[in-house]
This record gives sequence, structure tokens and C-alpha cells, in this order.
Amino acid sequence: MLDINQFLKRKAPAGTIAKDRLKLVLVHDRINCSPELLEMMKSDILAVISKYVEVDLEELRIEVSSFTDGDPMLSANIPIRNLKKD
Amino acid sequence: MSEVIVLTSGKGGVGKTTSTANIGTALSMLGKKVVLVDADIGLRNLDVVMGLENRIVYDLVDVVEARCRLKQALIKDKRYEGLYLLPAAQTREKDAVTPQQMKKLCESMKGDFDYIVVDCPAGIEQGFKNAIAGADKAIVVTTPEVSAVRDADRIIGLLLANQIKDIHLVINRVRMNMVKKGDMMAMDDVVEILAINLIGVVPDDESIVITTNKGEPAVSVNSSAAGKAFNNIARRIDGQDVPFMDLENTDKLMDKLKKIFGFAQ
Repeated sequence: MLDINQFLKRKAPAGTIAKDRLKLVLVHDRINCSPELLEMMKSDILAVISKYVEVDLEELRIEVSSFTDGDPMLSANIPIRNLKKD
Repeated sequence: MSEVIVLTSGKGGVGKTTSTANIGTALSMLGKKVVLVDADIGLRNLDVVMGLENRIVYDLVDVVEARCRLKQALIKDKRYEGLYLLPAAQTREKDAVTPQQMKKLCESMKGDFDYIVVDCPAGIEQGFKNAIAGADKAIVVTTPEVSAVRDADRIIGLLLANQIKDIHLVINRVRMNMVKKGDMMAMDDVVEILAINLIGVVPDDESIVITTNKGEPAVSVNSSAAGKAFNNIARRIDGQDVPFMDLENTDKLMDKLKKIFGFAQ
């Protein structure tokens, strides 16, 4: 059976793959953000938010990615289970 | 007006020394007075690429340590009017020279030369810091490969941190047939990622191997496509407005030539 993802992957030429990989690598290189620093940021952000809402830790995503112009951006997806009502 | 230009890349083997030799020679062919400085102490190579390896008496470290005068260490290239080489020391290490000494050395040559072209070693350590110390302008050499572009990006960051803001890009060893098929990053992709001014695109060319083997710069060989590209870079450095070569046509021209000589199919 034809796997559409496999098919699309094969279609992407090596030059495009190179460019996309480079962009991702450079976002991390340029911001010079260590995994430890990211972890510390994550736990601080979480501590603040947890005061108000209950966060789904399984689905939590906080990472460095990039805007379309290549500038680094801190993106966070923080799913909320419940609002804390007190 | 005199200018110190450093050629750097971060990654090794992308063509810094070849570019230095060819751009420097091309500048001298434009009537400029040029000195090529090999800053790769311990791994000197600019002398062999230039075919001047048999004429070395003194080197850069001898000058810095005042064992000889600058004029005694400079090798005059008899083939090109106004072209000189200051070779690196081969039996010393990178820390034999400090950035302050390199800066002073470059300054001392400004009165005698229009262009001081410095060949920087690979890496980002002491040798790099020495090579960029006296530079007014930097030319970052890269190839359209992930590793080379990544290192170029890091080098650009370090140049900016060292107050070198006049940075230009040379993309070396472009294989137009692969770019056309999408198998190699295009020039636009590399420029978009690195976001600096493009000053030259050099095709991957067998004539570079041949001329380097002989110790004569490709810019003096009329049939060399890479030589032509390096000549164009020199003219752009000299402030001339030179349109970028149509590399597709050079490919086609090669195919035509091959057909004429019966090599195709």
C-alpha cells in the first residue's frame, strides 16, 4: 500500500532537505540555549502557570523554534486540564 | 586607500587558501599592489598553492619576533607585477603570534600595499583570532553543504562580535547540474540563510585541481570557469559592478565543447 508520507518524503529533493535541516540547526546555534537552561525556564514558567491552572504535563511542549524570517522564537503549547477556582 | 581583507570559513577544506591565492592574484592583475599573508602557522599551504614554496627564507613569525625586516620575508611573485607573499612559519604553533602583533603587522603593511589579503586557518581558536585581528573586511568562504554553511554562520557571529561588520560571502564549488536537479542547495538558499552580501559564486571546476597541482593560480588561465569567477570577485572588491556569471551557460558551453570533441555519449 502506498504510504503518502513516504511518497512525499521521497519527493523532497536533497537540496530542500539540506536547507530545512540547516534552518533548524541554526536556530539552536544562534540562540546558544543549552538544554539545562531550557529546562530551568520550563520549570519556572510551569510554576507560575500552575498557580492558576492545572496543566497537562504529558502534552506540555516548550521549545525553541523559528519565525518564518529565521529569528528564534520560544514556543509553548500548554494544555490546560482545569482552571483552579480558589 | 589600503584595506586588510581576511578570508575565513570555520570549516576546513572549503577553499580558503585557493580563494586567497586566486583573489589576491586577480587583484594584482588589476594593477593593485597586493600582499598575501598566510596566517595558518604550523600548517602553511599558501606558498605551495602559489608555487612559491622554494623561495621562502624568512616567515611571518620571524618578522613578528624581529629576526628579520618585513622586506626580507616578503616573497615577490615574479609572474605578477605588485604581488607578494608573506609565508607562515611551518615549525611553530598558532600561539607563536598574538592578535596584537598581527594587528600591528597588518597596520605596518598598509602604507606599501593596496590590499593585504589574509588566509585564515580553519577553526575558531587562536589562529582565527590572530587572522582577523587586523582585518577591515572579511570574506566568508563556504560550499553549499550543511556543515560548511553551519560553520559559516558561526564565523559570521564571531566576526560581528569582534566588530568586523563588512562581511561578504563566497559560495565555492557549486555544481550547477546538481542545483538544477534540486540535489544541492541553490545560491539563493545559502544567501537567505546566512543573510550577508554575496560577492561571488565559484563553480566546482577541475581546472582548480590542475592549476593548484602546477602552482599557478587559475585566474591566469583563460579557459577556467572558476578562474573567471575569482576574477569577477576581485573586480567587485575593487568596487566595479560586475554581473554574476550565468553558471548554467558555462555548463552548456562545456557540453557543447565536449560534443565538438566527441566526448558526449
